[in-house]
Amino acid sequence: MTDTISEHADQTLTQGEPLVEMVDVGKSYGAIRALKGINLTVRAGEVTGVLGDNGAGKSTLIKIISGLHSHNEGTLKVDGNEVKFSSPREALDHGIATVYQDLAVVSLMEVWRNFFLGSEMTSGGFPLSGMKIKEMKRIADEELQKMGIVVKDIDQPIGELSGGQRQCVAIARAVYFGARVLILDEPTAALGVKQSGVVLKYTAAARDAGLGVVFITHNPHHAYLVSDHFVILKLGQAVLDKKRSEVELDELTRQMAGGDELTELSHELKR
Amino acid sequence: MSQTSQKPSVGAPSEASNRVQLSAFNRVLARPEIGALVAAIVIGIFFLIVAPPFRSADSLATVLYQSATIGIVAVGVGMLMIGGEFDLSAGVMVTSAGLVNAIFCFEYGINLWVGAVLSLLFALGVGFLNGYLVMKTGIASFLITLGSFFVLIGVNLGVTKLVTGSVTTSNINQMDGYSQLHAIFASTFTIGGVTVSIIVLWWFLFVAIATWVLQRTKIGNWIFAVGGNSASARAVGVPVLKVKVGLFMTVSFLAWFMGMHTLYRFNTLQSGNGIGNEFLYIIAAVVGGTLLTGGYGNAIGVAIGSFIFGMTNLCIVYAGWDPNWFRAFLGVMLLLAVLVNLYVKKLSTARKVG
Repeated sequence: MTDTISEHADQTLTQGEPLVEMVDVGKSYGAIRALKGINLTVRAGEVTGVLGDNGAGKSTLIKIISGLHSHNEGTLKVDGNEVKFSSPREALDHGIATVYQDLAVVSLMEVWRNFFLGSEMTSGGFPLSGMKIKEMKRIADEELQKMGIVVKDIDQPIGELSGGQRQCVAIARAVYFGARVLILDEPTAALGVKQSGVVLKYTAAARDAGLGVVFITHNPHHAYLVSDHFVILKLGQAVLDKKRSEVELDELTRQMAGGDELTELSHELKR
Repeated sequence: MSQTSQKPSVGAPSEASNRVQLSAFNRVLARPEIGALVAAIVIGIFFLIVAPPFRSADSLATVLYQSATIGIVAVGVGMLMIGGEFDLSAGVMVTSAGLVNAIFCFEYGINLWVGAVLSLLFALGVGFLNGYLVMKTGIASFLITLGSFFVLIGVNLGVTKLVTGSVTTSNINQMDGYSQLHAIFASTFTIGGVTVSIIVLWWFLFVAIATWVLQRTKIGNWIFAVGGNSASARAVGVPVLKVKVGLFMTVSFLAWFMGMHTLYRFNTLQSGNGIGNEFLYIIAAVVGGTLLTGGYGNAIGVAIGSFIFGMTNLCIVYAGWDPNWFRAFLGVMLLLAVLVNLYVKKLSTARKVG
């Protein structure tokens, strides 16, 4: 599957080149400050693991990068140019694709329709010109098979696939349509052990193909398996920002489990 | 990591033997309109037995006409429901569109074409407003269009009374442009001795276009997506606002079209007409297999739903029963058709998984 990913990956990407840079980015919703002073760099061929508990600001962070919300403090640069996205389409046009945990696919629609959703192949430029349905089905089927996903029937509603397969279809779709930055929002949260493994392999494969990956999770074990750089968010601020070489799994786990608060709590609860 | 990832993945079922090819029978069963088709055939056979006058080509033409009067707007309402929204104002909008044309042209004595275009702009404007308000406020379309439904009822009656002094518009059949517009919207033609209204052809055309759009075009893909899961659709770059506003405007366009037919067929309009038809459109769509929550359905199904309506409506008369029973009968038909739908869908999906 690495082959497939490299086939579609942007050949101009060079390892370590910064694709997305966030400097001192913040976001407030009315009086509520969801994110403050975030510095984050997504580099080609690297996985940046963003960890945090519920409400830590993970979702806000990815919504800014993926164009669902725009930031109101600091700067966001893509390929060195400052940008402010007003729709997910703009982010997609910059090669930033996001795979959401809960809203990756439209479950009642067929697999091939989902695969091409938003990037349909049409036979003409008119709004009502027909789609190349046969070709779309063939490509969707081939691309999924190359990645090791064999669906029973390319015409079946995607809701009938397992959670892991749905995530993989969404990742395969993002890569096929030329994503340079892949944002994975808790891709393993609802999955079993085996299926998580499949998704993690895809993540690694995307990284090896030279894509910049942002991996959002609250599972430090999954983050540690694939990430090159770790950021832990707490109450909208980064409390840890280290390279893989500078941090141990124990520290990540401790921070995620509550870190210092937990130590304090264990003192208080001591009998 | 890169070495392990080159092996076939362990977790995903990758054996080709896992593939199944559904039998043609099951694939047919899985289509949204199949329940309605079964219901239509059963009801049709029933009325062929109990209502002898139904067994003629003339009756079929009349049934088709009756079906088209609901079916044209129902096609739009069905597409809108697949897109996940409701429009309760569609029934009254038919009357509003006709009234705008009739009153404006009669009062100013100008060519009816001007009024028809003005009325189209008015209807599209109302549709745009419905859609835009739903999308921008996030309030359920049920409530927004319930509001516009009542506004339109009031305005229809109020303005007509104010301008003409009665609740009926003046006859327009002597005005400029009448014959052309009548030919387009309300003429009839004879085929093998049977008189058929042109509106039936328009209905078939709209159903064909809607089927093409839903099944074969990019926009159709987007309609299913915004109805099935609008957040997902937005995240992959589907212009959700445009699609939904466009659907509301499609409904109001078709309501305008029906309004033109009503006006040019009867030449005068009762300003209180159209109330209650919005439910008939929704019934036709639901009977035709459209999912009430959006994301599933098709235009053929909606057409069959409209046909069941037209057939029941007239065959009660053909059978010599008191027509007052029609709505009770329609309600029973609706429940039966929905149950058949549900049963068939369960049957088909159960086999599909197993």
